[in-house]
Amino acid sequence: MKEIYLDNNATTKVDEAVFEEMKPYFCELYGNPSSMHYFGGQVQSKTTEARKRVADLLGTSPDEIIFTACGTESDNTAIRSALEVLPDRKHIITSRVEHPAVLTQCRNLTSKGYRVTEIGVDGAGRLDMEEYKKAIDDDTAIVSFMWANNETGVIFPVEEAAAIAKKNGALFHTDAVQAVGKIPINMAASKIDMLSLSGHKLHAPKGIGALYVRKGTPFRPLMVGGHQEKSRRAGTENAAAIIALGKACQLAGEFMEAENTTVKAKCNYLEKELLAAIPHARINGGGADRLPNTTSIAFEFVEGEAILLLLSELGICASSGSACTSGSLEPSHVLRAMGVPFTCAHGSIRFSLSRYTTNAEIDAVIKELPPIIARLRQMSPFGREFLK
Amino acid sequence: MWDYTPIVKDHFLNPRNVGDIPDADAVGEVGSLACGDALKLYLKLDDNKEKIVDAKFQTFGCASAIASSSALTEMVKGKTLDEALAVSNQDIAEFLGGLPEEKMHCSVMGQEALEVAIFKYRGLEVPDHDAEHDHGHAYPDYEGTLVCKCFGITDTFLKKVIADNGLTTSEQVTNFTKAGGACGSCIPKIKELIAEVLGQAKEAAAKPKLSNLKKMQLVQEVLERDIRPMLRADGGDLELIDIDGDHVLIAFRKACAGCASSGNTAKFVEMKLRELVYEGLHVQEVSA
Repeated sequence: MKEIYLDNNATTKVDEAVFEEMKPYFCELYGNPSSMHYFGGQVQSKTTEARKRVADLLGTSPDEIIFTACGTESDNTAIRSALEVLPDRKHIITSRVEHPAVLTQCRNLTSKGYRVTEIGVDGAGRLDMEEYKKAIDDDTAIVSFMWANNETGVIFPVEEAAAIAKKNGALFHTDAVQAVGKIPINMAASKIDMLSLSGHKLHAPKGIGALYVRKGTPFRPLMVGGHQEKSRRAGTENAAAIIALGKACQLAGEFMEAENTTVKAKCNYLEKELLAAIPHARINGGGADRLPNTTSIAFEFVEGEAILLLLSELGICASSGSACTSGSLEPSHVLRAMGVPFTCAHGSIRFSLSRYTTNAEIDAVIKELPPIIARLRQMSPFGREFLK
Repeated sequence: MWDYTPIVKDHFLNPRNVGDIPDADAVGEVGSLACGDALKLYLKLDDNKEKIVDAKFQTFGCASAIASSSALTEMVKGKTLDEALAVSNQDIAEFLGGLPEEKMHCSVMGQEALEVAIFKYRGLEVPDHDAEHDHGHAYPDYEGTLVCKCFGITDTFLKKVIADNGLTTSEQVTNFTKAGGACGSCIPKIKELIAEVLGQAKEAAAKPKLSNLKKMQLVQEVLERDIRPMLRADGGDLELIDIDGDHVLIAFRKACAGCASSGNTAKFVEMKLRELVYEGLHVQEVSA
């Protein structure tokens, strides 16, 4: 059974060209980029090139890029750093729909004397900017809003939010893990101070991330020890993965137009056809500006895990905001923050496409999903009541 | 991905007895859309209203909820109402070859629906005391004080599940009942309930009441330790064939087999077992 992989917001396939690029740096060119000799030097020249490629995708300069182990590390570093460099400010602003990499850390900080405000979203998942403007004050050290939501793909107005933070003397960080490589980003014309990205969301391997820190932004490292990354992130560089991330960013730049035309068209087509074929379904975040590759669809009266496992039997890989999938007992915090009714939240399925997604794969989902939903509704006491 | 057993997968992919019984004798409904899982169970009894001749279900929920419902209907068919009431959530989980602990609440839901159906049929309906609460109603038939407001679960029900399943941590209680799994504010109360039930369990242990399993273990121990060595000393032996309730079935071996006084030997074995295990035991010689 060949997989139909529509879970690219969870992780992506490593691009063959990316894999080729990193391959020599394991068994042949295994030198330490920090070494003085030629053997380390040739690795260093490749990691330098990689840094340039990442910077190019973000429209920034290479010395503003710090390589980390993952998006979560980048998020943790940014928030911790801001609190250290602004020790007199004890207020953190974030949103209710952040990834746990941000949200958990912020909530943990409440026990360390910090005040945390979580800004809400409307029914379409859009950030409540009025609430944000009211919440920010001269005690706010850091504002951290995601660029795009991993579950719904809803895009936040981070530039506008960053400008407001700046006016109040607060630092602004964005978790752009889902946005980088999918929508154009230009940090040159931005007020954002720090930005997190993750390699495995854009066809690089797992275990590599980066943190953009704008020149002139005060910074304190999370990892201390060696002088790597100009002492901003100690630890021997994961050279092969850094080189891979560089290549992946270069390719993402090349595919940016396709992402926003052909991938977007496939995603829209999938959405339209499923809504037409399945009654009582709705798009989570339907009214908002969204990523080109993501659709989260709520099917009433059925439960997400059951849908996913029946799809999985057919080789179709998606994900769900349902409670039962995650092992927690309530549906996703994102859908709850949006006020998605319980009748829909438990039956929400996310499809996230990539540039590898084919029309045939989309057609397979359009063919296979409606009978699965019908079958589960037939089995559900609520579905049966409704079908009468 | 959950580590589901092949039996769970089979009952999820090919659920048995989906549907309803229009002229059902008993119907039990637990759970809600808000909770994320719900089960409606239909039972049809024979003409004497004793045995369950048919069972059907409708379930809204995840794979293990569907599989637990399917298993439950298979298990209760052919049982009397009393036999069905004896089906525990562990029995359902066991039938399925086990469930991940985070999914044990699905088996509890099955057992609950069964109880609700039979209680209602017998006119033992307990009022829904937390009807004003719009989120919960997972287990509406259990009176008591509301502990978990998010899922509408009472102390009476929690104590039953803690005792039945020998739970010792609040995480386990959440896995089995969902209580404490949302806002978490009732976790201290759940810990108190665990302490209370564990305290009762200790008291019960002080005055032992033999379970079937314990009885079997003791019978075997006494046979091995006190009886067989004596028989062997005289060139004989015996074999334990079965224990059926209070009836201990044995067969004599070697010199004892066919011995004219084996009847007396059987009496001796019975005397010993009554003395060392439990007065109500009967020993019966079989020719297996």
